[in-house]
Amino acid sequence: MQVTLKINGNERSAEIEPRTLLVELLRDTFGLTGTHVGCDTSQCGACSVHLDGKVIKACTMLAAQAEGCSVTTIEGIAPANGPLHPMQAAFREHHGLQCGFCTPGMVMSALALVERHKGKPLDEATIRHELEGNLCRCTGYHGIVAAIAAGARAMEG
Amino acid sequence: MYAFDYTRPKDLAAAAQSFAGSDEPVYMAGGQTLIPTLKQRLRRPSLVVDLGALPELKGIAVAGNLVTIGAMATHAEVAASADVRRAIPALADLAQHIGDPQVRNRGTLGGSIANADPAADYPAAIVALGATVYTPTRSIADADFFTGMFETALEPGELVVKVAFPVPKRAAYMKFRNPASRYAIVGVMVAETASGIRVAVTGAGPSVFRVPEMEAALAKSFTADAVKAIAVPVDDLNADLHATAEYRAHLIGVMAARAVVAIA
Repeated sequence: MQVTLKINGNERSAEIEPRTLLVELLRDTFGLTGTHVGCDTSQCGACSVHLDGKVIKACTMLAAQAEGCSVTTIEGIAPANGPLHPMQAAFREHHGLQCGFCTPGMVMSALALVERHKGKPLDEATIRHELEGNLCRCTGYHGIVAAIAAGARAMEG
Repeated sequence: MYAFDYTRPKDLAAAAQSFAGSDEPVYMAGGQTLIPTLKQRLRRPSLVVDLGALPELKGIAVAGNLVTIGAMATHAEVAASADVRRAIPALADLAQHIGDPQVRNRGTLGGSIANADPAADYPAAIVALGATVYTPTRSIADADFFTGMFETALEPGELVVKVAFPVPKRAAYMKFRNPASRYAIVGVMVAETASGIRVAVTGAGPSVFRVPEMEAALAKSFTADAVKAIAVPVDDLNADLHATAEYRAHLIGVMAARAVVAIA
C-alpha cells in the first residue's frame, strides 16, 4: 500500500507493507536513523517522535496510521550543519547523556513537555513526572532533568 | 507481526462493511494494546480496520448533566479538556494518570474499555459514575458492559461510539499504580451520584466491581474510617508477581479511604 506524509516539513511517499511500523518507515525507508529502537515494547521511549505536534512512540504506531500527518524527528528540530536546537545545546552543556542511546527520544519528549507546560512553572518534579515515558539505562536522569530545565529557559529567552 | 491487510474507513457504515467482509478482522482504535499484541504474534488478523478517521467517534461535549466523550478521544484529550475538568475533575485526573505522555497521546477511551483489561483505569469511572456506553445500534448500562477479564457485552463487529458520564455531586479516583507500567494494581473511584454513593474497584479482580458494604457505610458516615474497617473477600481477587490477593484486598480499603479524604 501507498503512504504519504510530511516528515520534517517535506512531503514523502513510500510503498509499504501494512504491518510496517512508523519507526521502520523512518529508519529503514527514509534513513532517518536518529529515531532509535530501544525496547520495541512501548516502554523506553527511544523512538519518540512528534505526530502533528504531539509526542508518540513510533514503535507503537503503524506507518499507515500516519497517512496525511506531519511527523517531526530529531533530525528535523535544527538545521543540518547549523547550530543545535537550544534543547540539544542544553543536553550537551549539562551532560544530559551518557551513552546517548535514549537521547533523541529524551529531546523529543522534552520539547513536548515544554510545549505542554508553556506559561507554567517547570520544576524538577514536573519534569521527572512528564518523563515517565522515557527510560535511560545509564540512569543519567540527573543531567537529563537539569538539561531540560535549562533548555526550557533557553527556549523562552 | 504476521502480515495483514489494512483499511481506514471514512464512516461507521464503511467500517462495518469492511469488518463484515473479512474472515478475521480486528478494529484498531489507538493501537496501544493491539500493536504490542500483534508484535508478539498473539493475534493474527487478516484485516486491521483503523477507526482513526471515523467522525462519529470523535469529540467531547458537556450538555446539562452529561459529559459525552467520543470513543476515539485520547486520554490526553480527556485530561486536557477544560469542559471535562470543570464538570468531572475526577475523570480528567484519571485520564491524566494513564500510562505515560506518549501513550496518552494515542490511547483512547473506546479502545481501553473495549479491551477491558482488568487493570485499566476507565472501567472504575464507567461503573462509579453510572455511565452509559453507546454502540451504533444500542446503549449499554455501566453494570452490563464489563462481563469479565478482557470481556465485554460487545457483540463481534460491534464497536463503542461514545460514552455518556452523568456528572456526580463529587467524586475522586485513587490508584496504587505499578511504577513501571502505570497500570492500576488497585484503583478505586468513590462517587456521590444522583442515585447514591458508589465505590468501584479496578485492578483488583478479573473485572471492575462495586463494594456495596463500603457504599452503605459511606452513606451513613462519609469518612475514611467508615471504609477502612471493611474487608473485601480475597477469594475472587487477582494475584500475580506484583501483588498477592491479600495485599490487593488491603489496598482497596486504603485507596477507598484516600478517595474519601480527597473529596470529603
